Amino acid sequence: MSELNHLTMAQARDGLAKGEFSSAELTQAHIAALEVSRGLNAFVTETPERAMKAAQESDARRAKDRDEPGSMEGLPIAIKDLFCTEGVLTTASSHILDSFTPPYESTVTANLWRAGAVMLGKTNMDEFAMGSATVTSYYGPTVNPWQRKDDDKPLVPGGSSGGSASAVAARAALGATGTDTGGSIRQPASFCGIVGVKPTYGRCSRWGIVAFASSLDQAGPMTRTVRDGAIMLGAMAGYDPKDSTSADKPTPNFETALEQKVKGLKVGIPEEYNMEGMSRDLLALWDRGKEWLTAAGTEMVPVSLPHTKYALPTYYIVAPAEASSNLARYDGVRYGFRAEGETLQEMYENTRGEGFGAEVRRRVLIGTYVLSAGYYDAYYLKAQKLRALISEDFREAFEKVDVLLTPTAPSPAFAIGEKMDDPIAMYLNDVFTVPASLAGLPAISLPAGLSSDGLPLGLQLIARPFDEETMFCTARTVEEAANFDVEPALMVGA
Amino acid sequence: MTLLQGNTGDWEMVIGLEVHAQVISKAKLFSGAAATFGAEPNTQVSLVDAAMPGMLPVINQIAVEQAVRTGLGLNAKINLVSVFDRKNYFYPDLPPGYQISQFSQPIVGHGTIILDLDGGETREVGITRIHLEQDAGKSLHDQHPSHTFVDLNRSGVALMEIVSEPDMRSPEEAVAYLRKLRSVLRYLGTCDGNMEQGSLRCDANVSVRHPGEEFGTRCEIKNVNSVRFVQQAIEYEARRQIELVENNGVVELETRLFDSSNCTTRSMRSKEESHDYRYFPDPDLLPLEIDQEFVENIRASLPELPDAKKERLMSEYGLAEEDAGLLATERATADFYEEMTKGRDPKLACNWVTGDLFGVLNKSGVGIEESPVSAAMLGGLLDLISDGTLSGRLAKDVLEAMVETGKEAAVLVKERQLKQITDTGVIEAEVDKVLEVHTDKLAEYKAGKDKLFGFFVGQVMKATGGKANPGMVNEVLKAKLGS
Amino acid sequence: MSLDKSTVVQIATLARIRVPEEELEGLASEMDKIIGWVEQLDEVNTDAVSPMASVVDVKLIWRPDEVTDGDCCERILANAPKKSQGFFAVPKVIE
Repeated sequence: MSELNHLTMAQARDGLAKGEFSSAELTQAHIAALEVSRGLNAFVTETPERAMKAAQESDARRAKDRDEPGSMEGLPIAIKDLFCTEGVLTTASSHILDSFTPPYESTVTANLWRAGAVMLGKTNMDEFAMGSATVTSYYGPTVNPWQRKDDDKPLVPGGSSGGSASAVAARAALGATGTDTGGSIRQPASFCGIVGVKPTYGRCSRWGIVAFASSLDQAGPMTRTVRDGAIMLGAMAGYDPKDSTSADKPTPNFETALEQKVKGLKVGIPEEYNMEGMSRDLLALWDRGKEWLTAAGTEMVPVSLPHTKYALPTYYIVAPAEASSNLARYDGVRYGFRAEGETLQEMYENTRGEGFGAEVRRRVLIGTYVLSAGYYDAYYLKAQKLRALISEDFREAFEKVDVLLTPTAPSPAFAIGEKMDDPIAMYLNDVFTVPASLAGLPAISLPAGLSSDGLPLGLQLIARPFDEETMFCTARTVEEAANFDVEPALMVGA
Repeated sequence: MTLLQGNTGDWEMVIGLEVHAQVISKAKLFSGAAATFGAEPNTQVSLVDAAMPGMLPVINQIAVEQAVRTGLGLNAKINLVSVFDRKNYFYPDLPPGYQISQFSQPIVGHGTIILDLDGGETREVGITRIHLEQDAGKSLHDQHPSHTFVDLNRSGVALMEIVSEPDMRSPEEAVAYLRKLRSVLRYLGTCDGNMEQGSLRCDANVSVRHPGEEFGTRCEIKNVNSVRFVQQAIEYEARRQIELVENNGVVELETRLFDSSNCTTRSMRSKEESHDYRYFPDPDLLPLEIDQEFVENIRASLPELPDAKKERLMSEYGLAEEDAGLLATERATADFYEEMTKGRDPKLACNWVTGDLFGVLNKSGVGIEESPVSAAMLGGLLDLISDGTLSGRLAKDVLEAMVETGKEAAVLVKERQLKQITDTGVIEAEVDKVLEVHTDKLAEYKAGKDKLFGFFVGQVMKATGGKANPGMVNEVLKAKLGS
Repeated sequence: MSLDKSTVVQIATLARIRVPEEELEGLASEMDKIIGWVEQLDEVNTDAVSPMASVVDVKLIWRPDEVTDGDCCERILANAPKKSQGFFAVPKVIE
């Protein structure tokens, strides 16, 4: 097995440019890695033929015009099965989208193909992106390539973009797309020891991404390094007139931004993120993060985000409410699975009863409840007000600081089957990631250290709206200082 | 005051109308598919209309303009900020499982409209609000024994929902409201008002009360797709409610369907469960913001509207209110009239338009835009009456010929030698001839049968091929018969 | 405010999801717990707060009135579980 699947995206890009290897070779190495790592169940659909064809076309393009390769030219990546890919099964890891083959391509993936990227396949996820462990998929759970030091129990990769995180951590893909609604890119990135970016809301188009919660969903890259994340986000982002919530702002060169000066920046440490019961490992890592950034010439500034504790309950009103409406279209009429019924209502009820899993069902019902007559003001309207307060907290903090440093997740990866008794226990995984989602702010998670049982822990950086540049250059500094070079036990070629 | 008589006294009807008007536009409200009527099933459906996974709405500029234009034409308040809400319910012709509408913050607020009633009376009625919303597709229940077929062509077409205050008190007022509203919308060019094709649909809210009392519980009647049906539906429903209440029943707040086959209303079974639409602002859209400049530009482009047009026709051309009203109902008619009447007798022109031309149009089943006779051509005909070439009677024949052949009046008169005969000598000669031939009838007339005067006139007209000037024939006959 | 079985049945009907009888109790208790947990928002006084109208600070963009879409009947019907003569087909609805 060649080492080609152990390169970073940036290294692969350089290697291709120098002609050290072809995209066909690079892609073949990843297809082989994918086959070997099938036990992780990271993929719902593998597309090796399409990948090889695209790789060969990329090599041909490069041969013709060496000077202007696309920013992702010839690089094999995986796509979360929430993105509609033309002619390729797209399931959102749900039974209700059985055999759904979109006759259209999502804007973000179209951008990636236009930049020359190669698709290895569609990755597994929590059904309809609802979950933080990738255990609610119709296609079974995905396994984290990391294992505890003294234990070989299969661990969750986090969720909902667990398949993407696992594939990247296992070195079966150079990078993968994810979506983040309350932490679904950042938290699995933290659990799998990789980098995950949620850009500012509106930075990437949502057109063609199966909608979960419209005012929160954002597409983003999942990669092994910060530079790779910058490269991939640059290819994914951009204004889309087909998405009314897409921001008509030019996409900066995020890779160039990595070199921006960090010295003199003010780093905010939100006191409310220091929560009761946090492990010593996590607190110690956070402290190390502060030290690294201080050493780089930044100033740590304590800030307060007073409404932090209300972020999770706010999210668990707003997201299910929007989801309950967004998922109404899954009714067996125009696509996907249909269960028969004597009457139309029976058909609807049987289709959706059988087609949706338990977590989706729970959230759709909660969402329906909080929007229903008599409860709208008490729940949805109230939550939208809290959301305004939470955003205001951040706005005020950003008058004093340029970026915020927090842990990404309250714990490292846990075992598959744990935390299943109580939905709220599962929701608490998102306690540090949800606030930035509610405020639409750009945020990144990068691996910064290990827990006492040898599992990766991530640190999160949150920046002002449309200031991914500050987020990236600060992340680059932390990454360099952390020098996280540990590899997962179940990695391909371990 | 229109009151219905019941057993327990007089009853007053309280009526409000909700009109759905399809916006004149090429594409749909939130998608780029075509909004035209009558295409093959599912050929005017975009991925957005079909609610495919990941699809998103983008608003059509013209819909915003047309809603503002309509609001201005109804003297209504334009809300510079409005919000689109989702109205959630399940039905096969509603692919996303929600309709994008406007609930708490519509684009247009309170306005007014003036009803033209019989006898020249007018009444002002309030408009509560106007909002934009998507139309649903079509469900066909009669194409297959066990299945309903769904065509999404209409799904997503832009509608304006125009809600009136419950200010109307009779079916006649409701009809007048609909007619006036339709007229205004057509003038503005924001809706073509075609009730047959469904581009104008009406739901009626009806309740009854003893005069002076509080409003009673109302019922909403759906599926009234003609002006006549609106009148019938309201009449039936008011009577139904009165009878119910007088027999100690209670009017339920419900939706009823109008059955045009027997002019009754019945409860809608499928709408039994009280609807919980769970309205909330659509998170795929931002609040709609328009600035005052945008509104003023539209205001500046408004045409003269029916009420103003009627007033001006009355004052400028000295027409009677009823005639002016008739001409002003359709902008195209008023334009036709004004072009035709330039430099001519306005009253004569009016009679010819509202009498003969309307008759021709009715017979051929076309609107004035497709009139076989243009304003210029009809004007030419009028000229021949004014200069004495044609009698009014002859002109009617000429008009018929113009419709048939498409030729101008002057040309036809020449070709067919239709000039009227006004030469006294000629007429006298013809009269003499007729009296000579019909000596028996002459004797009867002299003996007192006055009615035969008309017979002699008729004979003279026949003998002259209709060309003799009827007035002169009358005079000459009178003189000769010595009466 | 307690979420009981009958409420779940009502909500499930609104959402058109059939919940097997034996699962109603468990679902009701889970949902009740979640709703109880989110009710902590009541601790915050929001009388003077406007609800968040939009996340991203941009204006709603309008598109010109042009026909740019549609006329793709096959694509629209391609994934339909049941179709006939160009229509989608569902169990008959009785009005």
